[in-house]
Amino acid sequence: MTEPVLALTGISRSFGALRANDDISLTLRAGEIHALIGPNGAGKSTLIQQIAGALKPDRGRITFLGRDITGLSTASRARLGLARTFQISALAMEHTVLQNAVLGALGYSGRVFRFFRPVMDDPALVEPARAALARTGLADLAHQRTGALSHGQRRQLEVAIALTLEPRAFLMDEPMAGMGADGSRMLTDFLRTLSRDAPILLVEHDMDAVFALADRISVLDYGRVIATGSVDEIRAHPEVRRAYLGGEGVG
Amino acid sequence: MIAERWLNAALYLALLAVPLAAWALDEPFVITLATKIAILAIAGVGLNLALGLGGLVSLGHAAFFGIGGYAMGILASHAQSYTPLMQSPFLIEGTKSMPVIWLVAIVVSAAAALVIGALSLRTTGVYFIMVTLAFGQMLFFFAISWPAYGGEDGLSIYVRNGFPGLNTLDPIQFFAIAFVILSLVLILVSRLSRSAFGLALDGARQNVARAETVGINPFRVRLVAFTISGAITGLAGALFADLNRFVSPSMFSWQTSGEIMIFVILGGVARLYGPLAGAMLFILLEHFLGGISEFWHIYLGLVLLGVVLFARGGLIGTLSRAAAPHD
Repeated sequence: MTEPVLALTGISRSFGALRANDDISLTLRAGEIHALIGPNGAGKSTLIQQIAGALKPDRGRITFLGRDITGLSTASRARLGLARTFQISALAMEHTVLQNAVLGALGYSGRVFRFFRPVMDDPALVEPARAALARTGLADLAHQRTGALSHGQRRQLEVAIALTLEPRAFLMDEPMAGMGADGSRMLTDFLRTLSRDAPILLVEHDMDAVFALADRISVLDYGRVIATGSVDEIRAHPEVRRAYLGGEGVG
Repeated sequence: MIAERWLNAALYLALLAVPLAAWALDEPFVITLATKIAILAIAGVGLNLALGLGGLVSLGHAAFFGIGGYAMGILASHAQSYTPLMQSPFLIEGTKSMPVIWLVAIVVSAAAALVIGALSLRTTGVYFIMVTLAFGQMLFFFAISWPAYGGEDGLSIYVRNGFPGLNTLDPIQFFAIAFVILSLVLILVSRLSRSAFGLALDGARQNVARAETVGINPFRVRLVAFTISGAITGLAGALFADLNRFVSPSMFSWQTSGEIMIFVILGGVARLYGPLAGAMLFILLEHFLGGISEFWHIYLGLVLLGVVLFARGGLIGTLSRAAAPHD
């Protein structure tokens, strides 16, 4: 088996007496969608923030493409191709849709300190940005002000910006949130296509989407991984049913 | 309602036309007033780069304005007394040459902005305001207690510094210098705000998490912006000192920082020509209301209150139809 794209080893993080993450180890393999599920407060957001670089773990190690990134900043991780989308859209709302996508291409290029050339005339940045908008169905809205986009369109733009990073792995925090049934279905199909570009670590509450998409699922409860396995294994897992799925009558 | 660029052009041409008319009518005081507007507008354009585009609310830009002023005062005072600035390890003499003074003012204020920025940009929000204010106050009290260069009384420079080929004591010629520099600074900042750097700076202001998530280090981008901003305001300080032929610690005072910020807010935060509009309105109010009452700041306060409450885009934003800046 090849080396995983992203590997967490023994990640622990406490806030005072609260052990938000306790000795978590998991991997993201090439080509897979690995879903991370668990009840509210299980420590999913804390884990995502540590992978993205917004929080530093107390203990443990994160490797990405064979490289130890535990000590790297968010920005450095992004330039390695770790593309994150947010649960609540984090966009430059005053900018146009295209400017947001160009910002992504610019950050990834690392050539931020260019002071004279108009950035929106630079084909090396605008072309990948337009390609990303086209892939996410936003091409017609390129010159729309981002603040005027609908919730679903903002979600699409989050993904488009992630695409401008030439991603080697996606880190997606509840992409289905607030999308509605039709939107979720479309996004489910789209994420499946996207996983051919790069593997996806997916935090999601929408169980239909998770069971439809995931190659593997890890279940978090009280800051620990209580199970990792295929969809069928997780559905059948007694501890998972008790901790998380029990009341919903899954099966 | 008029398009922002026409409004900008009108302001720019008015700043040029009024002193030219005053020159024809032999009204040197009006020319000096216009020169003051041009120089204060430069200081405001400098601050606006940090404040408007970068979202860095600095209440310490008097530090750079004062450093520029003292760069001029120190160099010119040594030149007029024929004493060198220092003799060992190597000789540095004073100078009465404007281009040299400007260069020194730009370099020293940029260096100061780099240091002050590196320390204060570790904080955000109200703490950033307080830290920049504190640095400004440190330099203010340092200038007051530095007897070699006049202490509290400041420094008088008897003859305005020279520029090759021009008679700088002629008001219209000195105005021309200030006007050309303002034009160059406006071009520079206009280019900057459309550049890759400008997009990154503006993006980091609007959503810092977004900037980081695409690989931009916001601290570095902001530090560079703060440094350029300080350098521009420092250049304005050197020109302002030459306008008055006098420097004093009041250039470092927090009131000066506040006034530069008022130009930006009155004219329109993040609007390229906002500081020019703001400086115009400020100087006109000071001139006409100051003639009526020495408490004219009360009326300034009312105008400012009106702008903040009812016209967030400032003069430029209210008079032009463009809803959002940076378009």
